[in-house]
Amino acid sequence: MKVKVVVTLKEGVLDPQGKAIQQTLVGLGFSNVDSVRQGKYFEIDVNESDEKKAKIKVEEMCKKLLANLVIENFNIL
Amino acid sequence: MKSSVIIFPGSNCDRDMDVALKKFGFKNQMIWHNDLDFPKSDLVVLPGGFSYGDYLRCGSIAGKSKIINSVIKYAESGGLVLGICNGFQILTETGILPGILQQNKDIEFICKNVHVKINDKSNKYFKNIKKDILELHIAHNEGNYFCSNDDLKSLEDNSQIAIKYCNSKGDCNYNFNPNGALKNIAGIFNKGKNVLGMMPHPERMIDKYLSGEDGSLFFENLIGNLK
Repeated sequence: MKVKVVVTLKEGVLDPQGKAIQQTLVGLGFSNVDSVRQGKYFEIDVNESDEKKAKIKVEEMCKKLLANLVIENFNIL
Repeated sequence: MKSSVIIFPGSNCDRDMDVALKKFGFKNQMIWHNDLDFPKSDLVVLPGGFSYGDYLRCGSIAGKSKIINSVIKYAESGGLVLGICNGFQILTETGILPGILQQNKDIEFICKNVHVKINDKSNKYFKNIKKDILELHIAHNEGNYFCSNDDLKSLEDNSQIAIKYCNSKGDCNYNFNPNGALKNIAGIFNKGKNVLGMMPHPERMIDKYLSGEDGSLFFENLIGNLK
C-alpha cells in the first residue's frame, strides 16, 4: 500500500527558501501572503497490506532517514 | 602516521585532502564508501563534496552508508575523525556531532576566503598551533549551523565550539558571519574532542603561491600532535 508523508520544518527554524517564495508571491501581487514554509512530500509504496503495520514501518523510516528531527517534523497522512 | 579518506559518490575534495595529508607526512589511503571497514588509521577524514548529490538532505544518505558504522565505532572509541564541509554535514547526520547544517541564510552558494577564530586548543587538532586566527576557504550552500538551545548550551559548557567566523582581527561579530550560522559557529567537536566537523577547507590553503598557508599550519600542527 502507498503511504504518504509530509516533512515540514519545525516552528522557529529559519526557512530561507520559504521566505524567498513568500517575497516572490508578494511581488506577483499576492500582497496578503504573510509567510510561506516549504516542506517535503513522500509517497512510499510499502509491500504490506495491513495499513497499521505499514504506517509503523514508515514512522521508523521517518525517524531514521526521511526527517531530521533536529529541525523537522513529519506527518504520516 | 596513517590516515584514511573516505570517498562517497559525489565527494570532490577527496584528492585535495589526499595531497594535503601526504604533503605533511601522513601515509594516506583512499577508502570506498561501500567497504565495511578501513585499515588501522590515526586519522579518518570525511572529505568535502556533494555526497549522493546532496539528495534528501546534505550528508543524510552518506550518513547511512556501509562504511559509516565503522567510522562511528572508531569515533566512539576515541579515534580522530575530521569532517570537512560535506564531511561535517555527514557527521551531524550520523549523530556523532549535534545539530545540522542548514541552507545559507541568503540562499546563495558562498565560495570565498574567511577568517576563523580558534575557540579551544585543548585538543589534538589545535593544541600548540601558533595562530589564534586562521584564514581558510569556504565553499558551500548549506553551512548555516543550527542546533537546539540545549545542544548549544552543552557545546558552550564543554567548550566544544572549535572555530568561529570572525574578521582578520578575531572579532566574531555577526557582520563577519557568512552564512547565518548560530553564534558564528564554523566548526565543532564531539564531547571527547576527537571528532571535529568544520565548514572551512584547510586542504585548500596549503600552497603559499596559490592560496595561503594557514591550512599548512593546521596539518603540520595536527601531525605534530599525533607523533
